[in-house]
Amino acid sequence: MARLPGSIQDLVTQFGPHANREPAGGWTTRGEPDRIVATHCCFCGQQCGIQLKVKNEKIVGFEPWEEFPFNNGKLCPKGVKRYMQDEHPDRLLTPLARDEGRGFQPIAWDTALDRTVAEIQRIQATYGRDAFAVLTGASLTNEKAYLMGKFARVALRTANIDYNGRLCMVSAAAASKRILGIDRSANPWSDIPKANVILVAGANIAECAPITTDYLWQARENGAKLIVLDPRMTPIARTADLFIPVRSGGDIGVFNGMLHVMIARGWVDRGFIAAHTTGWDEIERTVARYTPEYAAKIAGVPASMIVRAAELWGPADTSFLLHARGIEHHSKGVDNCMAAINLVVATGRIGREGCGYAMITGQGNGQGAREQGQKCDQLPGARDLENPAHREYIARVWGVDESSIPHTGLSAVPLLEAIHEGRIKGLLLLCFNPAVSLPDGDFIREALSRLEHFAVIDFFMSETARYADIVFPGSLMEEDEGTTTNVEGRVIHHRQVVRPPEGAREDWRIICDLAQKLGAGDRFPYRSAHEIFEELRIASKGGVADYAGITWERIDREMGVFWPCPSTDHPGTPRLYEGGRFGHADGKAHFQTVDWRPAAEEPDADYPIVLTTGRVVSHYLSGTQTRRIGALVDQYPQPRCELHPRLAGSLGIADGDFVRVESRRGAIVVRAQVVKTIRPDTVFVPYHWPLDRSANNCTIRAIDPVSKIPEFKICAVRVSKAPPPSGDIAALEPAAGGIR
Amino acid sequence: MSELAFFIDYSRCIGCQACVQACEECDTHRGRSLIHLETIERRDSVQTAPQVCMHCEDPICAQVCPADAIKQTPDGVVQSSLKPRCIGCSNCVLACPFGVPKYDGDADQMMKCDMCYDRTSTGRRPMCATVCPSGALAFTTIEEIMRTRRGRASNDWRFGDQHVRTKVFVLVPTEVTQVNVGVIPLSALRRPALPVVDGYDVAALLEAN
Repeated sequence: MARLPGSIQDLVTQFGPHANREPAGGWTTRGEPDRIVATHCCFCGQQCGIQLKVKNEKIVGFEPWEEFPFNNGKLCPKGVKRYMQDEHPDRLLTPLARDEGRGFQPIAWDTALDRTVAEIQRIQATYGRDAFAVLTGASLTNEKAYLMGKFARVALRTANIDYNGRLCMVSAAAASKRILGIDRSANPWSDIPKANVILVAGANIAECAPITTDYLWQARENGAKLIVLDPRMTPIARTADLFIPVRSGGDIGVFNGMLHVMIARGWVDRGFIAAHTTGWDEIERTVARYTPEYAAKIAGVPASMIVRAAELWGPADTSFLLHARGIEHHSKGVDNCMAAINLVVATGRIGREGCGYAMITGQGNGQGAREQGQKCDQLPGARDLENPAHREYIARVWGVDESSIPHTGLSAVPLLEAIHEGRIKGLLLLCFNPAVSLPDGDFIREALSRLEHFAVIDFFMSETARYADIVFPGSLMEEDEGTTTNVEGRVIHHRQVVRPPEGAREDWRIICDLAQKLGAGDRFPYRSAHEIFEELRIASKGGVADYAGITWERIDREMGVFWPCPSTDHPGTPRLYEGGRFGHADGKAHFQTVDWRPAAEEPDADYPIVLTTGRVVSHYLSGTQTRRIGALVDQYPQPRCELHPRLAGSLGIADGDFVRVESRRGAIVVRAQVVKTIRPDTVFVPYHWPLDRSANNCTIRAIDPVSKIPEFKICAVRVSKAPPPSGDIAALEPAAGGIR
Repeated sequence: MSELAFFIDYSRCIGCQACVQACEECDTHRGRSLIHLETIERRDSVQTAPQVCMHCEDPICAQVCPADAIKQTPDGVVQSSLKPRCIGCSNCVLACPFGVPKYDGDADQMMKCDMCYDRTSTGRRPMCATVCPSGALAFTTIEEIMRTRRGRASNDWRFGDQHVRTKVFVLVPTEVTQVNVGVIPLSALRRPALPVVDGYDVAALLEAN
């Protein structure tokens, strides 16, 4: 097992996760707040408006913010309880240095910064600039995302920066960009209730984007038909007009099969196709093979379901497609999304009221954090790192020579592989917990233990931070100010509700401190997050994701502004592609022909069952925040393996039994939950937990060739009844990786 | 325009527990949630149902209270038991047709949903109905409900021979005029025949078509 500075038991005792169950000062002493600050939830890409109550400079509760138009006061349980991470006993309040065999010891800020800077310089001098890498996250504000990209390219001059949006939005992004020309949801959410038919593909909306549920139900009150594709009957699938329990990885069968039927019955808009698209002939040739019977074999569902889906979707006047990780987390994730988007363009139902398409972003700033230049192949404004004109423009904004900006580096999974191979020796990590969230967990944790220097910025000691040499205590969203861009492309304003506690610093200040000590201080002279935003506006100007006309004042006044917004007198762009004008240079949508191919690892005689992974409503991503909030822990304390009674019966497993789920890479032992609401050939385990409870011990390190997203949604496992786990890990609290 | 009222649409519920978590944040009973979220039968379905106090016009809990500890506000909100009067007998717990009141051992009294009286009496909406992301719980006017929802709102119940009218409405199909929770006669006391295809069993769905 990989190298930690102390025993897991000791690290957990000192740093948690512990469950915080009461607000600052306890339940009974809250009284009237000193002030109430309107801001946004930090969890998930919907970025609901919420008001936080402050008393004695501590956040003590929340009040719904009913005026914010996206969610009108609505919240999910994560939003209700998010304030419980403030004043948390696990909060890091001093820089920490690894102390071999004894865990971590507090050190002074200057000492910590000097040590990391000295190691950056040593590693880059010894092994080359690219041997020091940066990993960041999509829960960062736009300002921080922008800063991280600039820090890597200007202060470190390393090519190797990537972010955990690589596990989230990249398949949807690549597909949208290839067909429609712009990487953003095409419509504001207000278009959803106006659609006559809604296709939800691979999105457990009730649990992963709960606020969107009301938009779906509003559409149904108006008479809309709802089609849901998912291997599990999720809460929104339960009452759908058509629930298609598709085999994981079989989505292209449904989409191409639907298009086949739609062409045969005349339900495509040939006028629109001729005027506004390219590539249609190739589509027709390909889907000609996808008869309902052929498509059904791929999809693993009856052919009649595919025909019925075409009958609902094809002739409708208005329609809306929503997709999420269920179709995106595949080694063919981009193809899955493109096959779905083809269905939208073929009907011409896009770019007008009630007609369109959206990808449901997962992380807090899943949209904005992928536009500001912290992806390995991207510059601010969603610019292309290999485009000479884009490089030249950004070089001027940054005041550096174009040739000094590195070229495309490694994406997240290959970057960890390069660490494992010893090609990358140093890492600065912020807002990412790969020890839990990346596939093939044992391999990832081994990689982290091979770094010569590992610096982490975080507010809690995540499972990943345990491998660090230096840990810098950073800031929670509510302790800093900045913007994010929500699922609709609406840029919104997170206000600073309280200051970081004594000993911690705003993340952007830590980055600026490091830049200063690296000798690049003159390029990072920011005195506030607002100054970073003002530079971001200039850097994004003229890019696809143009924020030039967006100011914090406008955001507050207008309840958010949609990009592109090229000037301060521009109203912003809630709906893209109006009038059939797409984002490509020729103004057309470019159909992309997609043919199905198998997953990297399909079930076989040795590993006969499909494992698929996902989220539950009370936890967020790797759980490093939500596993510390008592109420959310109680709601779903430990991962369970969902399996159908038929499969359970054949394996001799009863509800509540301990089961071992094992792939060629690793295993977990969790409790069984026997439910009829899942395909009998598939098991589901949520991934929010660490160590012996981490579903990612089993998942496969296969990535999409275009988007580089890992294949979290399908790998082959065997499942067996197991004895009650024992030992040190099993004895931990479930939130820390134990089991009850 | 009518006054604001409480509406439940069970068909919209997604079981997320935002209501349960938010109820705990209400200032009058901090740290204790008083709404019930029922999981119908997880093995068979993901169906769930939220249950607030229905605030009966003539509350059964109060009728059966031997200590006269359960009172209504002038606007018809049924309160938790009065602490000095409550003897903890749990008659109300047994009698309520909606299963709402619970005896709280720590507080030694009956506690239940009071429709966030501290909030509603000062112009704010109840916590649960404000945060509910699916719209299964709503606090709005009857006109707004009629405008935005299918079906109709009913507050007229029959439990066997007992007729109950409640302050809280539920959304029902248009043809339903009264929610009849009738008593099952002994002669019918056998498991009803299952439909040909169990629509919630994914295996059955895959084979049926």
